[in-house]
Amino acid sequence: MTTADLKDTAHALRHHIVHMAADSPGAHVGGSMSVTEILTVLFFDDVLQVDPAEPKKEGRDYLIFSKGHASAALYAALAERGFFPVEELKTYKQMGSRLAGHSLKSIPGVELATGSLGHGLPVGNGIALAGKHDKLPYRTFVIMGDGECQEGSVWEAAMCAAHYKLDNLVAIVDRNGVQEDGPTEKIMALEPFADKWRSFGWEVREVDGHDVEQLSQALHAVPFAAGKPSLLLARTVKGKGVSFAENTNAWHYGRLTGEQRETALTDLGPRGIRL
Amino acid sequence: MTVSMVSDTTASDLKVGSKAWVERYGLSAVETCRLAQLELARGDRRFFSLEADLGDFGGFPFRDEFPDRYIDFGIAEASMIGAAGGLALRGKIPLINTFASFGLMRACEQVRLDLCYHKANAKIFGTFAGLQAGFSGPTHHSIEDVAIARAFPNMTVIAPADAVSAYWATLAAGHHPGPVYIRLAVDVTAQVYDEDCPFTIGKGNTLREGDDLTLVASGLTVVAEALAAADLLAAEGIRARVLDIHTIKPIDRELLAKAARETGLLITVEEHTVFGGLGGAVAEAVAEDEPVPMRILGIPDSYAEYVGPYPEHLRRYGLDAAGIAAAARQALPRKGR
Repeated sequence: MTTADLKDTAHALRHHIVHMAADSPGAHVGGSMSVTEILTVLFFDDVLQVDPAEPKKEGRDYLIFSKGHASAALYAALAERGFFPVEELKTYKQMGSRLAGHSLKSIPGVELATGSLGHGLPVGNGIALAGKHDKLPYRTFVIMGDGECQEGSVWEAAMCAAHYKLDNLVAIVDRNGVQEDGPTEKIMALEPFADKWRSFGWEVREVDGHDVEQLSQALHAVPFAAGKPSLLLARTVKGKGVSFAENTNAWHYGRLTGEQRETALTDLGPRGIRL
Repeated sequence: MTVSMVSDTTASDLKVGSKAWVERYGLSAVETCRLAQLELARGDRRFFSLEADLGDFGGFPFRDEFPDRYIDFGIAEASMIGAAGGLALRGKIPLINTFASFGLMRACEQVRLDLCYHKANAKIFGTFAGLQAGFSGPTHHSIEDVAIARAFPNMTVIAPADAVSAYWATLAAGHHPGPVYIRLAVDVTAQVYDEDCPFTIGKGNTLREGDDLTLVASGLTVVAEALAAADLLAAEGIRARVLDIHTIKPIDRELLAKAARETGLLITVEEHTVFGGLGGAVAEAVAEDEPVPMRILGIPDSYAEYVGPYPEHLRRYGLDAAGIAAAARQALPRKGR
């Protein structure tokens, strides 16, 4: 996709997220808005080798969306990519829907039910270990939140991935800097964050997580080093694009009122306009 | 390790998995389980051995024979069990070996979500279940594992009665789809079965017939103790039926209802807290199907206050033959009331 098309797609995903957060009991707005470009580049820039018509097709790349609370963004990306009808997004968190607040395993395109934080990377290791053992070329991508990296299991898994030289594993951290109770550095400091990963044996790259060109360049360049797992630290803005939700934990989760929906849509700008 | 000595099972003139084989080599349940894991791995390349730095409990023959299918995660159970979930997503069958307390409790939520929710075809072998780590103290005792494992949807829970049973249980688990938890111990324990150990997941075994009451037991040592208790009771003219409920989930409701109907009193025996283990499982089934008086023998609501040898722990909690027989005598008058 061209840079303009990727931007348009990210824009479309954000519109979906706004509507899901307004038409449902609530959504994790902040973390969905921050991860939007990451998902866009993975799904629409020919990074992830997947087939929406055959989600379990052998040979596909694996995406583990470990920050499962941002399911609204994931569902928007899966729907736009054709894993299920875009219309179904209207059922987000409605009675009888499969589009739960945290992704269910039965949703096409979802490899692992996530939402309890710190599970994705260990499971990603298992998938990557199997790939190494079987000498298969598929890759495993794991998207984590930054607050999620306070879970000890993440670092157990970080150690393991480096130990077993899993260069078929890519972890992407959505570094939006804000967790449920406030700024990560105030709640439980992560910095020096990139150095932590490096010291665990990962090859790290840092990008502006809202710049689709930077994301594209980095994600097409994996593995960043042979024999090492890759860590992409994507610096993002929590609630990106929605004025009242940016950089605050107040919109970690919430339901948009009618008025807030209008404000958010105005902030984003209308669909179909090249940004 | 003994396992190394007998890992080339074809060299033995004894039937593998038989009582004579177990006794010749002095095998414990965890050792026969490890040998069965080798058998599984020899027959099917999907089997992997997953370790958290406890491979020296019989795991090294697997490492030597299948180094590319032996993965040590170091002292990191959440990492190991999560990866087991990932390997299972790729069609592998992880055989997870660790201490019962660490696998199910340290990494409880990984077991719940990455294995049970996803119906991962993974098997957890929990060593030092119960009080076997007698001198190690309560950090290494595992008296809650059955209650925890049993609460997870999709989980099968097995407690073999001896080393022979552990061998066949492991083979059965390897061919049983979905997550399975098996409790084991490293000490050599009393033999219950000969080479004709019938092992079908979900089907309990009647070890002794009797009409006065039923001793319902599960697990290493205590099934043998229940049989010995039945001997003590028989000397007094009390005919105790003895059931080996090796599969605690799904439990053999039919066999339990029959025992309740025909003997009118059930006494469960387990090396586990009295909450939520075998006793709880039997009570849940019998209360619905064929209510009769019950006694639940196990470890009371406490952690061991002091260390001691395993047999002394069992004696103190009344889980030896004498204690079980005494509880039976005491409970008998409640029958039929």
